[in-house]
Amino acid sequence: MPNVLHLLPYFVAAWLFFCGLYGIVSSKHLVHSVMCLAILQSSTYILLLSIGYRVGGAAPVFADIAPGKRTVDPVVQALMLTDVVVEAVVVALLLAMVVKAHERSGTVSPDELRTLRG
Amino acid sequence: MREAVRTRLFFIFGGIFFLLFCYAAVDLPPWGSYRGPYGDVIARVGVYERHATDAVNAVNYDYRAFDTLGEEFILFAAVLGVMMLLRREEGASTHDVGRVVDKLHLSTTVRAIAMLAILVTVVFGFYIGLHGQLTPGGGFQAGVILASVPFLLYVCENTESFRRITSHSAVEVMEALGAGSYALIGLSPLIIGAPFLTNFLPLGKTGDVFSSGTIALISACIGLEVTAAFLLVGYTYLEEIITGEIPEE
Amino acid sequence: MMWVGAGLFLLVAVTGFGVVRTRDVTSQVIALSFYGMLMALVFFFFQAPDVALSQITVGAIALPLMVMLAISRLKYRTAAQRNRGERDA
Repeated sequence: MPNVLHLLPYFVAAWLFFCGLYGIVSSKHLVHSVMCLAILQSSTYILLLSIGYRVGGAAPVFADIAPGKRTVDPVVQALMLTDVVVEAVVVALLLAMVVKAHERSGTVSPDELRTLRG
Repeated sequence: MREAVRTRLFFIFGGIFFLLFCYAAVDLPPWGSYRGPYGDVIARVGVYERHATDAVNAVNYDYRAFDTLGEEFILFAAVLGVMMLLRREEGASTHDVGRVVDKLHLSTTVRAIAMLAILVTVVFGFYIGLHGQLTPGGGFQAGVILASVPFLLYVCENTESFRRITSHSAVEVMEALGAGSYALIGLSPLIIGAPFLTNFLPLGKTGDVFSSGTIALISACIGLEVTAAFLLVGYTYLEEIITGEIPEE
Repeated sequence: MMWVGAGLFLLVAVTGFGVVRTRDVTSQVIALSFYGMLMALVFFFFQAPDVALSQITVGAIALPLMVMLAISRLKYRTAAQRNRGERDA
């Protein structure tokens, strides 16, 4: 039976994923659901971080340590870095759609938007 | 479907999925035992091959520069989408609904300290952007830090300066320049017969600011683009509130 | 040392749930900003300084800023439409 402490990061990633999904499913305000999408995205960061981690490893910056020392994985961190910045602008695009929907129909609740016609 | 049905269905299927995930996660290798060879190879040879001491930025702007090019164009397309959705057309008729005027007035001390904060932020932003290949930093972080400077101006109730800085057409030109120069830097090795996005500039001495060839150049271009992207998005959201006019339907 | 890491992960899980359960949109922005700072701390603790720098600038400052701009524009439109309704009626 593996140590529970070894599996904690993966459980936390899955928990955050389902929290975000629950927020989107049961939301009554479109801006609230967009922020729950941001929580969903951060669960992937925890997963990527856990995949590349090495116990006792140093940060992959060789300005003051000799190259060849044990470090954590730099490739996975490169993926996370660009993802964090791009996420903010994609959230801005989603919020622009929310603002446009509010202009057209006067409401920001997803349930009411579904039943409005014309 | 009604909301209660939706939530109940979510809990049933979400619970099944969560149990399956836990069952799969039990067989994963123990946490903290990264075994893969790719990261170790880059950590060992990255400093010697590219003269860049920051392995993460060397991966981002050189070894996997093609993926970063794609991400940068995602950013560009998202900003394009925001502007298409929310910007007013030239010459559309508007009617005035009144600007938002803040009722509380900041004291002179706060404004003086905010000016000092602007100075420190600009210097810090340029420092982070130029040292991307040596220490943690690079174009993405520097772009966001520099984009926060006009918002500091806006917080100090200097709305007119904010409008003049961010609505200038030079910001759009800056964004297009940042995105286009990355592609051009990638295309130029094709002239001498090397593959796309080769690091063809002289590599310099490890630890110098002007080292590691195209890594520093690409980092600067990305910083330019990210700054302009955040300024454009900020102004597009605030345009109505600052000018106080709503377009006629 | 590993108890600090485990404690940080548990704190992230609790804060994430707290952000989702905050129904008022303006308060949720503040909660999201705190969540961003906590994630930056987690990244810093697990030897990822580049990503921590990105997360501090974007996740704790720029992302809540974007959401606040959108909320203020929604409120401005609502107030303007209500004013115009009163004027026309």
